[in-house]
Amino acid sequence: MQIGEIAGLKISKPMRDIFGEALLQVCTENPKVVVLDGDLGNSTKAELVRKAFPERFFNIGIAESNLVGIGAGFAACELIPWITSFSSFLLCNAYDQIRLSVAMSNINAKILGSHGGITLGKDGPTQMGIEDIALMGGMPTMVILVPGDPASMKAAVKAATDHVGPVFLRSSRLAMPHIYPEDKPPFKIGTANVIRQGEDLAIIACGIMLGSALDAAAILEKEGIQARVIDLHTIRPLDKETILQAARETGAIVTAEEHLLQGGVGSNIARIVCESHPVPMRFIGLEDVYVESGDPFDLLDKYHLTAMDIVTASRFVYAAKRSGE
Amino acid sequence: MPDSFQSPEIESLEELARKIRIDILEMTTMAGSGHPSSSWSPVEILVALFFGGILNYKPDEPWWPQRDRFIMSKGHAAPLLYAVLAHAGYFEHDEIWRLRQIGSPVQGHPIQGCMPGVEATTGSLGQGLSIGIGHVLGGRINKLDYQVYVLLGDGECEAGQIWEAAMAAAHFKCDRLTAILDYNKFQETGPISREMALEPLVEKWQSFGWNAVEADGHDIGDLIEKVKSASSVRSKPSIIIAHTIKGKGVSFVEADFTFHGRALTPEQAEKAREELLCK
Repeated sequence: MQIGEIAGLKISKPMRDIFGEALLQVCTENPKVVVLDGDLGNSTKAELVRKAFPERFFNIGIAESNLVGIGAGFAACELIPWITSFSSFLLCNAYDQIRLSVAMSNINAKILGSHGGITLGKDGPTQMGIEDIALMGGMPTMVILVPGDPASMKAAVKAATDHVGPVFLRSSRLAMPHIYPEDKPPFKIGTANVIRQGEDLAIIACGIMLGSALDAAAILEKEGIQARVIDLHTIRPLDKETILQAARETGAIVTAEEHLLQGGVGSNIARIVCESHPVPMRFIGLEDVYVESGDPFDLLDKYHLTAMDIVTASRFVYAAKRSGE
Repeated sequence: MPDSFQSPEIESLEELARKIRIDILEMTTMAGSGHPSSSWSPVEILVALFFGGILNYKPDEPWWPQRDRFIMSKGHAAPLLYAVLAHAGYFEHDEIWRLRQIGSPVQGHPIQGCMPGVEATTGSLGQGLSIGIGHVLGGRINKLDYQVYVLLGDGECEAGQIWEAAMAAAHFKCDRLTAILDYNKFQETGPISREMALEPLVEKWQSFGWNAVEADGHDIGDLIEKVKSASSVRSKPSIIIAHTIKGKGVSFVEADFTFHGRALTPEQAEKAREELLCK
């Protein structure tokens, strides 16, 4: 079963293909955009730019530290570098370079972390970026985007390019369902989208978990529970207002992310909720574990990142809320 | 620097180098911390670049797109960078006395743009050469023909990123990139040859596809000549391996590598001041 199927959504192309097309589009529109590749352009799909604009595409090779440093030099020349690789390799090999040359220098560079999460599947845990959001969370100037729909992925690439300052965009290998209309998705950095109304609880999700959140809401509806679903495509700056509004109006929150719970999106949301309007919460994400190779959907099942896991957590917070009323 | 700039006499550059050494002494002594000995070894290198008719820059327009770039990869020599930028007219000389003070932009290690003319954030070693490559490749896209100079420390050549950058600079034929290696032979904990052997350095850089030459890092005339001739080498990057003395100018610091990461005591500073003023 595909993500979003229960909610009646149609599946799209793999997100990496969407990213590649969007990157090509911004390169076409803006001659200041340059693309740097860590020899994975065929996987990240940045290679689409290599064919169209070879003079603005640089394969720096398998050398992520150098990749980021060269990117920083481009930004200092008032160009807009997109530094692209797998999320795991880029962040883990070049964390210090991103920290000094990009985040601390507060330059206008964009970082694509492709193959985020566990759903790259069979290549196994060495390739999976399950800690990238937490790592980028450690960079105070870094905007963090995790779109969960093809149209918003395209909009995110455009918004990241137009934003002045460092941006991290997480992409994944998996196909995602169409949630927004193709032509004009609502996408503003720092503004979460309420994509389903409901007053009984709120599910706040990003990336591939967004489609599963809508599936969960459809299941809950049959039980008479109305779940609000929030697309938290921007992890930093966090949309406190929409989160707190959900806490106040629904009184129960479930968060869902394809990432370690430690340092992840849920913990950021919990901090805001705890400070201003505590409500029962549950967190869907990876417990402290490195997952193994496997089919992406088998992995999602085994590590409790499915719509049914969100449903179970939702029932729990809803019951907790009612018992407290 | 206007095009009509005439290379001043070497003697006056040496006098400027002496003043800059005193600035470094006073800055780090006032701050009570910093890296005076690492800042003293490449003084002549920066004097040659900034005041010897090599770098093309406009202090009143620090981010002039056509400027030649200078990147201080060995970020712990920040006091030297600030003193040189002050003498070059990027900001008031008095600003340098705020080194390492809270609320001051004169940071302990360089942060890109913290002061006019500070091109890159460095201090975690090994990173500046890659940034220099980005400036060269960016210049190609922007159709600007400036030169990029990167000052490397010898210890930081132990970092893998330096060799990633060395490979890439040759691959991309970055002939507008010139690295200058401040080869003072000591790293934080001891002599380089004892801690992590770097030799044969010239052969290493040559084998990575670079034009590599050696120079006397305290001879301003030699440095100007070698850097100018390196800048005219086409289709490959150049490195000047400049032999220097760590702590140059103050005898008891030259003799003791443990001064690497500490300022002089007021008593030591007094002795150092006497030595530097007498020369």
